[in-house]
Amino acid sequence: MTIQAPLNTAAAGRGPLVYRQKLMTRLTHWVWVICLFFLLLTGLQIFNAHPVLYIGHESGFEYDNAVLRIGAVNTPDGPQGRTVVFGQNLETTGVLGLSGSESAPQYRAFPSWATIPSFQDLATGRVVHFFFAWIFVGTLLIWLVASLINRHALRDLVMGRRDWRGLPRDIASHLRFRFNHGRSYSPLQKLSYGLVLFVLFPLIILTGLSMSPGMNAAWPWLIEIFGGRQTARTIHFAAMVGLTLFFVVHVAMVLLAGPINEMRSMITGWYRTSPGTERAEGDKP
Amino acid sequence: MSDTPKSGLNLTRRRLIGLGGATAASLVLSGCDQFDFLGQRDHPVRDVLERANDLTYRVQRMLLGQNALAREYSPSEIRQGQRPNGSVDPTADDYLALKAGDFANYRLSITGLVERPQAYSLAELRNMPAQSQITRHDCVEGWSCIAKWTGTRLAPVLDAAGVRPEARFVVFHCYDRMPAGLAQPQPYYESCDLVDARHPQTILAYGLNDQVLPVSNGAPLRVRIERALGYKQPKYVHTIELVESFAAIQGGKGGYWEDNGYDWYGGI
Repeated sequence: MTIQAPLNTAAAGRGPLVYRQKLMTRLTHWVWVICLFFLLLTGLQIFNAHPVLYIGHESGFEYDNAVLRIGAVNTPDGPQGRTVVFGQNLETTGVLGLSGSESAPQYRAFPSWATIPSFQDLATGRVVHFFFAWIFVGTLLIWLVASLINRHALRDLVMGRRDWRGLPRDIASHLRFRFNHGRSYSPLQKLSYGLVLFVLFPLIILTGLSMSPGMNAAWPWLIEIFGGRQTARTIHFAAMVGLTLFFVVHVAMVLLAGPINEMRSMITGWYRTSPGTERAEGDKP
Repeated sequence: MSDTPKSGLNLTRRRLIGLGGATAASLVLSGCDQFDFLGQRDHPVRDVLERANDLTYRVQRMLLGQNALAREYSPSEIRQGQRPNGSVDPTADDYLALKAGDFANYRLSITGLVERPQAYSLAELRNMPAQSQITRHDCVEGWSCIAKWTGTRLAPVLDAAGVRPEARFVVFHCYDRMPAGLAQPQPYYESCDLVDARHPQTILAYGLNDQVLPVSNGAPLRVRIERALGYKQPKYVHTIELVESFAAIQGGKGGYWEDNGYDWYGGI
């Protein structure tokens, strides 16, 4: 059986090709993809050196201020991966605490496929992490200045009154996998990109800096904002979880909304809009 | 770009996207062991990445100034003992002999690029002006512990010995031996620049939480450099050496952990 693509009708029913993503947006986007890939996997490597998160200035060894603890325990059925979140015990054998094969079990918090290097190596994790942290921060600053000048930040990312009013409807249509390909971002896109760029990115950078004893002396106020070095470490981890969730949903949306068109817009800048989109100067048919 | 024939562009785009997708998929499928080469301490790519540590050092020195202080805590924030880590009970013969005599024969030597090399007993160090500070110890692994450290400032000790102008670093030699692969265990050592050495909170600590510094935390003498990570706080120190460069000392990177791939600055 062959399916004939209704080429003519599709062509007739297409919206214009619009120049949607500026060069700076596209460049910084892909630099961040590379940075966040390495930052995530080396971050998990660093976390594995002490796989416990606490609240406060210090780590409780003679008292308990832990909110997350990943490890392994011995049970009558043999060793098990055990993750304790806010006092809740979860069995996480295979992924967290205990991974690898039955013949070669590995006792590590995050499994070897989720860390760089794949083996335990805190020193290398730190070298790679800090290198990409610098690139990440530098790119964010360049992006911020450029986006304030070319108005990308205020025009495309800050939620206006119309965006807030349109948000419930946009969420509903996203949940039904109906995507309107407009000239600019939909309200839900604005909200999620804005949260990533203006909340999660600064949060993960500032909590990262809060863990530096040098920065604690240079900017003593910073660590007070977050309520102590160990709380900052916990928030750093939580921001990572947030960014990872965003990444999963973001990639899923790209795949559902038309990966060729979405990738094209992030590589060349040109984006095929939905039928009925009004034409403007500079568009292509 | 807009002049390029559209069909041609499409083909390139498809190819590009396809290639990108294939690369991403192979990365995910085969895990991350393809970046294991970064673990090789002398790999040229790693050398490039390590330059970020120099940048961190320079920028932090600029932001910090000479005397920005580490945060100090109140006595009520000491809620537990100082967690011992690394060496906790050195077994070198010379150390065991000193320990058996309750460190009565211990001498701290100030050597290297100084005008007047010195040697101090523990009693002499305790008779110098004392300073206490309640600070947070941050281990490179990620944990922190608050404790009260008592000792004497390093800066006057250096002044008494007369630091020669060509000296740039202070190296701390220790009694504890660390594993070094198949080779003989190597003595722990550390180093810092003169800014950290002369910092008002940098002390030679002989007391911990109002007690004599215990063996597990570095008796009889441990250096506190409060704006750096735990591995920059050497324990069981017997010699302070002023040098122009630490390239000729052991692995040449300025410390035991530095020789094993950790950054020298240790401020983050």
